[in-house]
Amino acid sequence: MALAGMFLMIFLIFHLATNLLMLAGDGGKAFSEAVTFLSESPLIKVMEYVLFAGFLIHILLGVILQLHNYRSRPVKYHTRLRSETSTFSRFMFHTGVIIFVFLVIHLINFFFIRLGWVPQPDYAAHKHDFYSVAVVLFKNPWYTAIYLVSFVFLGFHLKHAFQSSFQSLGLNHTKYTPAIKVIGTIYALGISVGFAIIPVYFLFFY
Amino acid sequence: MNFTLKIWRQKNANAKGSFQTYPLKDVSPEMSFLEMLDYLNNQLISQGKEPVTFEHDCREGICGSCGLYINGRPHGPQRSTTTCELHMRDFKDGETIVVEPWRSKAFPVIKDLIVDRSSFERIMHAGGFVNVNVGCAPESNSSPIGKLIADKVFDAAVCIGCGACVAACKNSSAMLYAAAKIAQYAMIPQGKVEAKERVDKMVKQMDTEGFGFCSNTYACEFDCPKGISTDFIALMNREFFSSKACKQKHA
Ligand code: HEM
Ligand code: SF4
Ligand code: FES
Repeated sequence: MALAGMFLMIFLIFHLATNLLMLAGDGGKAFSEAVTFLSESPLIKVMEYVLFAGFLIHILLGVILQLHNYRSRPVKYHTRLRSETSTFSRFMFHTGVIIFVFLVIHLINFFFIRLGWVPQPDYAAHKHDFYSVAVVLFKNPWYTAIYLVSFVFLGFHLKHAFQSSFQSLGLNHTKYTPAIKVIGTIYALGISVGFAIIPVYFLFFY
Repeated sequence: MNFTLKIWRQKNANAKGSFQTYPLKDVSPEMSFLEMLDYLNNQLISQGKEPVTFEHDCREGICGSCGLYINGRPHGPQRSTTTCELHMRDFKDGETIVVEPWRSKAFPVIKDLIVDRSSFERIMHAGGFVNVNVGCAPESNSSPIGKLIADKVFDAAVCIGCGACVAACKNSSAMLYAAAKIAQYAMIPQGKVEAKERVDKMVKQMDTEGFGFCSNTYACEFDCPKGISTDFIALMNREFFSSKACKQKHA
């Protein structure tokens, strides 16, 4: 769970770095070149399967964990638990489900076009032309809204997940753990804000 | 002080329980929570009613038997306090106080507010000990242990096995208890010899008992009356992975 989560967190950094190329102001030239390069690289082809496995393992374990924990308290409390815990840690499954829904929408819009499962829209020049697809999608305020909401919840998930994955692996130290917590907050904020500025840019400033 | 008490009543393990409401007048603010329950029980007995069954022994925060879930908090609203150390002055006059037993699949209710915590004992039986040839006590300075380590071991060893960590956890996970019991041996030479086997067996037993999986909400540390740190959970995870990774095959 923690290892798969860490792998996904690293993937998000690369994904964000690629996406930010869309803001280069060159009509998507740099971005499209990067996408073409990546989708032709044999390493990325292998990593695509690893990424799928990572998501599958993480989601499967997350669902198993949630079900088992639900059954571990067959009789619930009458009074709601009032122990102070970090808010996000209590809603990992809920934020996870939102990310999952987003993931499905996201795959339909982009990945499935490349696979040929979804017909290529006529405004896309070729099946790697994610730039044109993204621009059209982000021009739609509803679509951008769904994106932004998803990134907020992704941020919540990551805020707890970052330090949690270290704790789960036993990587805890009086000296470094406080730093891990700070880096986790910066990471969560960076990822969600980073991804969010792209649709906002295309909706309002393009 | 006057209170309205809403208390979980359940005849036996198989009976269907329910909440009963008891108004209680003239409670002294100096009473401990358990003395308040004694006071209620005296009144119930004199009315010919069945008193509320609850567990207690030392009444000084060391035996771990008095755990009650009070207004949504294990051991009540005060941190670092067992139910027996809690006083009525910590409540507001006229308040409604809801008292429930620990809720966990691994802690079935026996009667009223008493739960069966023998699942904790079975975790200890699985490996929470050090095998030694019992002889004379060895010369204490023959195995030097640094002050920092000694203090840490003591921090883990103060766990009283009350089960508040499980009660406070949304997953009803017993990781803090198991971690404290593993950590108190894992850092000192006497315990290190069997450390790998121990973590393996105790974690296995914990899972068999039906406790939930830890998701690092840290509610356990917040409500542990002895302030056991979740750092020990990381230590246990570390021990667990290294035990799995380094396990030798038997010849
Ligand atoms: C980009 C997507 C995601 C990333 C980067 C991510 C990352 C993480 C990480 C690092 C953890 C901490 C693991 C640990 O402490 O052991 C975690 C926990 C969790 N994630 Fe995700 N996750 C993602 C998507 C999802 C999805 C789609 C679900 C769907 C159900 C999900 C459900 C969970 C659950 C249930 C937990 C465990 C809750 C807990 O330990 O408190 N995650 N996630
Ligand atoms: S770790 Fe704390 S809350 Fe859990 S059993 Fe020990 S003393 Fe009680
Ligand atoms: S009665 Fe012993 S700890 Fe409360």
